[in-house]
Amino acid sequence: MSKQATGTAFVALLRRDFLLAYRRRAELLQPLVFLLVVVTLFPLGVGPSPTLLANIAPGVIWIAALLATVLSLDSLFRSDFEDGTLEQMVLSGQSLALIALARTVAHWLVAGLPIVLLSPLLAMWMNLPDEGLLILIESLAIGTPVLSLIGAIGGALTVSLKRGGQLLSLLVFPLYVPLLILATSAVSSAVVDLPYTGQLGLMVSGLIASLTLAPFATAAALKLSLS
Amino acid sequence: MDLPNNSHMLAVTGLSFERYFERVFEPVSFELDAGSLLLITGSNGCGKTTLLRLLAGLLDPSEGKIQKEEQPLYAGHFPAIKDDLSVEENIRFWMKFMGTRKSDQMDGLCEQVIEEIGLTPVAQQEGRTLSAGQRKRCSLARLLFCDESLWLLDEPYSNLDPQGIAMLDSILKTHLTSGGACIMTTHGSLRPEGFDLQECHMISGRERYAGEAA
Amino acid sequence: MNPIFLFFHKTGSPPWFYKYSGKLIPWLWAVFLALTVYGLYLGLVVAPADYQQGESVRIMYLHVPSAWMSMMIYGLMAIMGFIALVWRIRIMEVLVISSAPVGAAFTAIALITGSLWGRPTWGTYWVWDARLTSELVLLFLYFGVIALYNSFDEPRKAARAASLMSIVGAINLPIIYFSVEWWNTLHQGSSMGSDGPGIHPSMLLPLLLMATATKFFYGANLLSRARLTLLKQDHRKRWVQDLLSKESH
Repeated sequence: MSKQATGTAFVALLRRDFLLAYRRRAELLQPLVFLLVVVTLFPLGVGPSPTLLANIAPGVIWIAALLATVLSLDSLFRSDFEDGTLEQMVLSGQSLALIALARTVAHWLVAGLPIVLLSPLLAMWMNLPDEGLLILIESLAIGTPVLSLIGAIGGALTVSLKRGGQLLSLLVFPLYVPLLILATSAVSSAVVDLPYTGQLGLMVSGLIASLTLAPFATAAALKLSLS
Repeated sequence: MDLPNNSHMLAVTGLSFERYFERVFEPVSFELDAGSLLLITGSNGCGKTTLLRLLAGLLDPSEGKIQKEEQPLYAGHFPAIKDDLSVEENIRFWMKFMGTRKSDQMDGLCEQVIEEIGLTPVAQQEGRTLSAGQRKRCSLARLLFCDESLWLLDEPYSNLDPQGIAMLDSILKTHLTSGGACIMTTHGSLRPEGFDLQECHMISGRERYAGEAA
Repeated sequence: MNPIFLFFHKTGSPPWFYKYSGKLIPWLWAVFLALTVYGLYLGLVVAPADYQQGESVRIMYLHVPSAWMSMMIYGLMAIMGFIALVWRIRIMEVLVISSAPVGAAFTAIALITGSLWGRPTWGTYWVWDARLTSELVLLFLYFGVIALYNSFDEPRKAARAASLMSIVGAINLPIIYFSVEWWNTLHQGSSMGSDGPGIHPSMLLPLLLMATATKFFYGANLLSRARLTLLKQDHRKRWVQDLLSKESH
């Protein structure tokens, strides 16, 4: 049997995902608008005091990013599962972990990267001091791929369930705790001119660890969901 | 490790699968050689689809053994067609993802496949606009560009019009004469015509329980 | 056959497991009761009150063992889940899903006793103390596993999903624990510092007794739950039918 070269299959899958995302670009905006709305609610809820907002800015932006990511995770594997694409991919002989990784990469590029790009606007709204802005962007750039990678495990576990969305958030939010702690503390430290490289370093190691481990867990979960 | 002691393309012994701690179907055993067509019959819910999914490797057997020489091609109930991609884009993606017999002539092959399954007029239309029969045809395109020698077809005739059935029969004949083999399920109303075939009738686990109780 | 494999194969068979776990359970309960009675006597009567915290320190004999159990059970679930997934041993799947409610209960006890202990110590029921916070996150991890199990229709598929989730959770658990600890020092929160190196032997002995007792409780409770689950799942199978006809005679 002439199995397709892994690289070619990986690229074919990425290209398909971008094409599908492009055809459904209106849907992609939903999590981003959600992100903007959530951040807007905070000044309305706690008052517009600039110092208060600046204090809670890293946490608010990061929690909003968490919520927006989880919102888009439910659909990560759902349509491929429901129309039979996933079972054909499993049977194609290609590594399922690699397929999971390709889907996750595509998910980050269309759902995670826009959050990173929007963060300066959010920082401005939340009155985050300029010293923290660069670190906020860096922390989101390192952290949102981790959100996608870990979230993909939850998405794969709940894909065969009719209403997996709520369960998905219950599964993945506890796993996001360390990331949230590290990222917000890095930004807060940068604002008050304290060292933050340690936190960012730990986040990078978290990214490497989840990059190597999470696709295998996702693959196992996908196989299980198909059984 | 037990090795297949002869050259069967597929050998199944005492195969069964449990769901909710009951057998979905009573254990089945059969062998399949190159050039043969096995028809799996049985009433609704007797586990035909489950059997094919077991043979494909999507499920793991609860009892028994499956010995297969290579990964078979599985065409299930779900067409694996994206609503947002055109027929051509769908087929082209699967060609790239799964590989084709002649990868250097992908463009020509793609057109040829679409022609053969009779979807040339709708080749540029999006998947969502296809009828059930057209979807079925589109999902059968894989039979034409993949080179697996064992095919597992789940209710391949459903939704097809007479021309579609004739098309599938002719694809199947070519496959069988060139040394391939096929396992096909049917609930009875549509059967392949003009083939030399084996038949395996399945009994659901529940039926047997009912029989024992009586 | 390889003796180790044979052992797993035999213990993996539900009738065998049912029979021998049934013989073990009364002993586990007996040891649990003996240790608990002696441990509570030492802890509540014999051991001195803390010179700072007074009598309220005695809640430690329940709080600390429960907190230890909550972590241990989650770790065990991951190990059993791994065995269940790799070797497809059904007993292990049943043990994973039977462990989850026990572990969640211990976590809840640790949280409630910690909160009650906090009242006299901090003057409030809830402080975002490192240990309480990580226990709370752990409780959510347990809820996730239990909710995932309950969401699937097919019990074996459900158990395998729950096993996978506990493995993923267990890999994260130490990271969560240390990050919360670090987060807490960062925000200069208060800590209970109950089991420092300076603990008096008269307090240590009852603590260790209770810690051992809770393990026997877990064992007995787990086996009873697993037996019940097996009976329910296999109620149509011959061995359960045989068992029932033996009982009725």
